[in-house]
Amino acid sequence: MTDLSVRIGGLTLANPVMPASGTFAEGLGEVIDLDRLGALVTKTITRELRAGNPLPRVAEVTGGMLNAIGIPSQGVPYLLEETLPLYRRWTPPLVVSISAPTVEGFATLAAEVSVAGVAAIEANISCPNIEEDGRAFAMRAASTEAAVRQMRAATGLPLWVKLTPNTGEIAEVARAAEAAGADALVVANTILAMAIDLQTLRPRLGNVMGGLSGPAVKPIVLRQVYQCARAVRVPIIGCGGIATAADAAEYMLAGASAVQVGTASFINCHAMVEVIEGLARFCEARGIARIAELTGALRQEEADEDDLSWVSPAP
Amino acid sequence: MSAAAAIPAACGGFRPRAAEEQAEVVANAAVNAEYRHLVVSCSALAAGAAPGQFYQLLCPAPPGEAPYLRRPMSLYGADPAARRIEFLYKVAGAGTRGLATLRPGETLQMLGPLGQGFRLDPAWKQVVAVGRGAGLATLGPLAEAAQRAGIGVTAILSARRPELVLSDALFRARGATVLTVTDAEGTSGPAHVERLLRGLMAEGRCDAFFTCGSARLLRVQQSLARAFGLPGQVALEQQMACGLGMCFCCVRDFNIDGAIVQKRVCRAGPVFDMMEALP
Ligand SMILES: Cc1cc2nc3c(=O)[nH]c(=O)nc-3n(C[C@H](O)[C@H](O)[C@H](O)COP(=O)(O)OP(=O)(O)OC[C@H]3O[C@@H](n4cnc5c(N)ncnc54)[C@H](O)[C@@H]3O)c2cc1C
Ligand SMILES: Cc1cc2nc3c(=O)[nH]c(=O)nc-3n(C[C@H](O)[C@H](O)[C@H](O)COP(=O)(O)O)c2cc1C
Ligand code: FES
Repeated sequence: MTDLSVRIGGLTLANPVMPASGTFAEGLGEVIDLDRLGALVTKTITRELRAGNPLPRVAEVTGGMLNAIGIPSQGVPYLLEETLPLYRRWTPPLVVSISAPTVEGFATLAAEVSVAGVAAIEANISCPNIEEDGRAFAMRAASTEAAVRQMRAATGLPLWVKLTPNTGEIAEVARAAEAAGADALVVANTILAMAIDLQTLRPRLGNVMGGLSGPAVKPIVLRQVYQCARAVRVPIIGCGGIATAADAAEYMLAGASAVQVGTASFINCHAMVEVIEGLARFCEARGIARIAELTGALRQEEADEDDLSWVSPAP
Repeated sequence: MSAAAAIPAACGGFRPRAAEEQAEVVANAAVNAEYRHLVVSCSALAAGAAPGQFYQLLCPAPPGEAPYLRRPMSLYGADPAARRIEFLYKVAGAGTRGLATLRPGETLQMLGPLGQGFRLDPAWKQVVAVGRGAGLATLGPLAEAAQRAGIGVTAILSARRPELVLSDALFRARGATVLTVTDAEGTSGPAHVERLLRGLMAEGRCDAFFTCGSARLLRVQQSLARAFGLPGQVALEQQMACGLGMCFCCVRDFNIDGAIVQKRVCRAGPVFDMMEALP
């Protein structure tokens, strides 16, 4: 039997599979047993009360969807009084996702959510739907470093930093986050995108631009996980287009220690459970004792024997 | 840690409240030029739905198109004993075109029942259901529930043309009085529907309003309900990605005691207090 547990910057997770922020809420617990997941991750909250973006907030595109939800947020009191008590009934560690318009705002919010019941903070410095024109802190190393350093000083909780794929400097950004004290990196948020309705000649999102997610982004984000894994030593949580155990295994081979499943849960609530079961089968079939051994196990040197993995590639 | 410890047994005490499963198509036939009637056989959990609740359907891909998200569809009929549910859907775009390709024996991945359905107050004796378009499908199962609760129903069914009226046979079979109004006959306008409603109210046949599918008709009922202090419920539609309250794409504004509040249609609804809805 494979040991599915993984260590993510001070936390041990029972398995490497968890939901992606903004694609998960307690409602999923009416369909699947949330106690089977490695961790639970909340929708991003801000200190500011935010209504979110105009409708339509989602649009279907080939191989996935666009979203411009715009982080509707009911603030910190709602998290403390409603959300945290609600999640007490489940055992996986609860990760709270936070965002803010300024570096100081990130630090204040990180301090405010550092309370019992929160196992780690995921800093969403990469949301394309908060700032104008899809800008985000994680687009550059300097702004990433500043935000993460202030949060590091403000909280003793494990600090996960969620990067954006919308940058040409993802390795530098990853290094900056690590240097400033990130315990783990989540790679990545959505890819800035848009779509136009040819009937009305209008943008298909109320916000005009939004984030692409789903199967279409997987090869791009997989490459970015690979680049980040080569740049840093902190664990990486892969996130982008994962729907199956095969997708998750690819991410782990590229260097991820754990994975997040987002959009796939919208069309298959059992996606995360299937990924866990499939990863376990994949490891067992290959005689891998600990799933953590998959992380970064991508083979690049020439093999002595014929590599026949293509004969039975699927986990 | 062993895998057995990491993955608790699949059925270890966990009881889902909505089923995600492969339902089997029993029938899927056209009922008129626009709508089809889909019957599937499913689990007891999926078949145990209340009127007004809905399902998320993973529509198969029609030729040349690839719908990605699931489509929300109201319960049209449920037979928990036979473990069957029914949908009445309009072929509108890629997803419903895909649904239309399903043949008996094929499977349909679906999630449900979801959301909050209609509530019937046993104190009511006579209620009115006013629907148009796909709203006629959503209101359909109310007929049987009201009959079982001993509540009489008058259904005002609106459509563009007489041959596009839906659910009339279903309402009649459950003892309801049916009035059809159509654009073609010039009877579907708000002024005429208001006259019909005032008539029913005068006869004491309207203890509550139930409505779905028309913002114009919703406004008519809201103003009558306000003027005469009557309760009402409305089933609303909104684009949905998850159907489970996770994505916040399905929000609408509601008027709660004078304050504008955003609610998720999939979770707080799709059935709402008629007076809170902003058409
Ligand atoms: C709770 C609920 C219950 C519904 N019940 C019924 C029913 O019983 N019968 C019926 O015919 N229709 C019903 N609808 C509407 C039905 O969901 C849409 O007609 C369907 O999603 C259209 O998908 P499409 O791919 O064919 O069309 P497209 O226009 O190609 O769809 C594109 C996108 O827009 C969304 N969309 C388009 N129209 C609507 C709409 N009216 N409401 C919500 N989302 C929409 C789709 O889901 C999809 O995400 C219901 C909608 C909701 C929210
Ligand atoms: C509807 C929707 C809402 C999202 N909201 C958030 C959010 O609040 N915070 C965040 O960090 N990421 C958010 N994301 C991004 C996801 O967490 C994830 O990074 C992205 O969707 C890529 O993964 P996927 O392809 O598996 O969905 C959202 C994505 C979607 C589709
Ligand atoms: S459809 Fe996702 S929150 Fe309602």
